Amino acid sequence: MEIFVIIISSMLVSNVVLSQFLGICPFLGVSKKVDTALGMGVAVTFVITIACLITYPIYYFLLVPNGLDYLETIAFILIIAALVQFIEMVLKKFIPALHASLGVYLPLITTNCAVLGVAINNATDYGEEAFGIGYLYSTVRGFFTAVGFLIAIVILASIRERTENNDIPNSFKGTPIVLVTSSLMAIAFCGFAGLV
Amino acid sequence: MNVCVERLKNGIITENPTFVMMLGMCPTLAVTSSAINGLGMGLTTTVVLTLSNVFISLLRKVIPDKVRIPAYIVVVASFVTMVQLLLKAYLPFLDSALGVYIPLIVVNCIILGRAEAYAGKNPVVPSLFDGLGMGLGFTFGLTCIGICREILGAGALFNFTFIPEDFHITFFVLAPGAFLVLACLTAVQNKLQMPSATNVEDSEAMKCGYCAGCAASACVANKGIIEAERVAAKAAEAQAKKEAAAKKAQAAKEAKAKAEAEAKAKAEAEAAKAETGAPAPNAEAAKAEEKED
Repeated sequence: MEIFVIIISSMLVSNVVLSQFLGICPFLGVSKKVDTALGMGVAVTFVITIACLITYPIYYFLLVPNGLDYLETIAFILIIAALVQFIEMVLKKFIPALHASLGVYLPLITTNCAVLGVAINNATDYGEEAFGIGYLYSTVRGFFTAVGFLIAIVILASIRERTENNDIPNSFKGTPIVLVTSSLMAIAFCGFAGLV
Repeated sequence: MNVCVERLKNGIITENPTFVMMLGMCPTLAVTSSAINGLGMGLTTTVVLTLSNVFISLLRKVIPDKVRIPAYIVVVASFVTMVQLLLKAYLPFLDSALGVYIPLIVVNCIILGRAEAYAGKNPVVPSLFDGLGMGLGFTFGLTCIGICREILGAGALFNFTFIPEDFHITFFVLAPGAFLVLACLTAVQNKLQMPSATNVEDSEAMKCGYCAGCAASACVANKGIIEAERVAAKAAEAQAKKEAAAKKAQAAKEAKAKAEAEAKAKAEAEAAKAETGAPAPNAEAAKAEEKED
């Protein structure tokens, strides 16, 4: 039951972009076309899930027992940066097809605050649970947070494709109309607040 | 001294990170629900930005060019951790209000952008003022947005309520209000034709450190260009290798031909000597000749 609550709340209620404001740069920047938005979303999902799988055990077994949990920011950002490089190399070597479709987005994800944000949130919220449960919860939350990002960016890209040729007031062309669109989407996502 | 004043002015007005460059959008949207939060976030970022600028400028000749980005990240992350611990100890209310956004200062594009664009190339004192100016500009931007949202949404200014509760538009302190306030702000800038990242033409490949304006699309373009360059370089290298190999083969062939010719000549000479009818000493002479060769 707890798992179900985590899934709904991380994916919809506290959506990573629309209510937590993490990962705004790719959300506004790579949402011109549905294809690229989908690629970015999938790449982010991939990286966040693996980052959660790796950072939680390191926090639990390396930082906490040695009293170094205040170093989580430094440790996590370095792990994520190294991880992204490593994933890129592995994909290039073993799954070139996937690398061809996601490769462009991978370097951008290092400085995507959603990845670091989720890792830090997991460490703060589940750092004191028993290892098995905490690991499960943090991985599930990581994956579904990323799915929330995927949903938001694909919806925004679809809306932008449809409104591209609309008659928008001159001063609202470009970034302002995208921000208004995301504001309306955020209102819609506020409606999920009653779910949990 | 002039440089320092110019740097301060540049950070606060000419290249204001919030209004002109549109950098660091995540904290801009997330923590500006009240003026005091905006101010706190801005000042925290200012401290980190100034310190990291000074240190990166001090280390600019030590850090190898190839690993400069990871090195910058480590420097910035260390300062963020220090500031976070200080806030936890002395300003716990601010720490709980800003929450996860304090550690996320590490990935704020303003800081890496300034390190890459200015502190990595310039002496310490101007870098210090550059960081200070940019930080104060960011603080100014966040506080302005915070004031707008707090007055509209909570009828208050710096926690001092002056509008009765019936007239509060709670929408503005919630998440959607942040997007809407920023949308109106950028629309006003577009209308007045003020310099801003939102109303310049997109160029194909922009400099890095221009995150919101480029918002990753330029990185994609840049990546394409770099990839093409790499492919070209590889092709050129392969071509060069091929040529070198061909030259080598040619040289080897020539050497072989020469050796063969020499051997032939020697054999002929031997045969001629054998014909003269003195085999033993001649053979020895031939051997000695070979050794000399």
